[in-house]
Amino acid sequence: MDVLFRNVKELVERAENENKLISEIMIEQEMLITQRSREDIMVQMERNLTVMEEAVEKGLKGVHSVSGLTGGDAVLLQAYIEKGNTLSGPLMLDAVSKAVATNEVNAAMGTICATPTAGSAGVVPGTLFAVKNQLNPTREQMIRYLFTSGAFGFVVANNASISGAAGGCQAEVGSAAAMASAAIVEMAGGTAQQSSEAFAITMKNMLGLVCDPVAGLVEVPCVKRNAMGASNAVVAADMALAGVTSRIPCDEVIGAMFEIGQSMPSALKETAKGGLAATPTGKWLESKIFGGSVVGSGK
Amino acid sequence: MKFKSVFDIIGPVMIGPSSSHTAGAARIGRVARDLFGRQPEWAKIHLYGSFAETYKGHSTDVAIVGGLLDYDTDDERIKTSFEEAKEAGMDFEFIPETGHTDHPNTARIVIGDSRSEMSMVGISIGGGKIEITELNGFPLRLSGNHPAILVVHDDRSGCIANVSNCLYKYDINIGHMEVSRRQKGEMALMVIEVDQTVDLFIMDELRQLPNITQVTRIAD
Repeated sequence: MDVLFRNVKELVERAENENKLISEIMIEQEMLITQRSREDIMVQMERNLTVMEEAVEKGLKGVHSVSGLTGGDAVLLQAYIEKGNTLSGPLMLDAVSKAVATNEVNAAMGTICATPTAGSAGVVPGTLFAVKNQLNPTREQMIRYLFTSGAFGFVVANNASISGAAGGCQAEVGSAAAMASAAIVEMAGGTAQQSSEAFAITMKNMLGLVCDPVAGLVEVPCVKRNAMGASNAVVAADMALAGVTSRIPCDEVIGAMFEIGQSMPSALKETAKGGLAATPTGKWLESKIFGGSVVGSGK
Repeated sequence: MKFKSVFDIIGPVMIGPSSSHTAGAARIGRVARDLFGRQPEWAKIHLYGSFAETYKGHSTDVAIVGGLLDYDTDDERIKTSFEEAKEAGMDFEFIPETGHTDHPNTARIVIGDSRSEMSMVGISIGGGKIEITELNGFPLRLSGNHPAILVVHDDRSGCIANVSNCLYKYDINIGHMEVSRRQKGEMALMVIEVDQTVDLFIMDELRQLPNITQVTRIAD
């Protein structure tokens, strides 16, 4: 299959040589691979954007999961921001609260758009709808934000993994945060190279993160990991825009993530057998929620 | 490259909580139903690895049953699929297995009715993307790098020529093809990897060909 880029190096080089945005390269590749029109592709991505907007709105009104483990934190955070005394700044906490809102909706079996997965669906929209208030993007730029995220996610998914069961949380929230970071840089007017630096800086700080969901639910610690993924993305984007670079090139960081995922024990890869899931409270919550039976029947 | 489209990364739009364990699971169920060609009366679903350990928390069971009822990943009815299955008269059972499989998210779905039964193995590889690795004991060796269709047919002469002629008519190039059959003259299947996406109308045309029982897209 002919593609325009197989790794971040090729993606950045193409963007630089052709003087195009990373989002544009992603759109062109999508047209090439699927033989669909630009308009068709843009319309589908806008639909995804709308789903994300609706999920954030729903979460900010307050939702609760069936298990009762998560919900309501997005509301607490918004109320706290409105008091005006935040320590980490209103934009940062806005991103955090909107990431949390999305994942609270996901945990409550609401409708979300996976970015790149459902468990990590909060980071990309959370950061987007927060930086939006400062950068005032057009609707098209917001759609492009998703294509830029997608371009980096495409590389990770094909060269490493975006599955918690295969690579731990670093592959899910780690990838989501790094993708968001790269997209923030493009929206803020940074270069393609700076996007890749932001991606590398974020991913480096997510390496090794395990997937240890309590009771196997996408709730604890997933919702709060999306919160921290969003904050990581914003900080790394600022660092890259300031001119800070990663000593380890982006593609090698992705390679390291894959290697770490391979050597991670299965107890820490979405089996709910290790980490936080195996703590006394984690186990107690599991027995409280599920009790014993395993066989279901339609009759 | 297993992930080809940007919408494999930014997408799917789905009911939570997990792209691999809920959306991917629903898709595996739906492909099984599609291959069976109608709604089964009963289903036995064997879960392996992470699927076996965490299926309740991720609503994997609810999602697979939803898929068997032909629901898409964003269909709200997934949430109440157990009740919907009861209404539709489909009995189901989940069997968590301890055996080791190549992929951590593996499901073996055995479905049937008074006329026939079918078994299929699907894996959920992340972000809602799935692969079908086995059908009725036939291993499906897909590279995952190209779109692929699966054609179930009666083992008669001319079937393979008809299918390849039809693909040729629409300028679809076959990159890799495997044909297997259980016994001479019985059920057979073709797995065809192609370079272009096979549109729905072409799938319909393939279905109209003589001795073809089922045509399904198993990778796109």
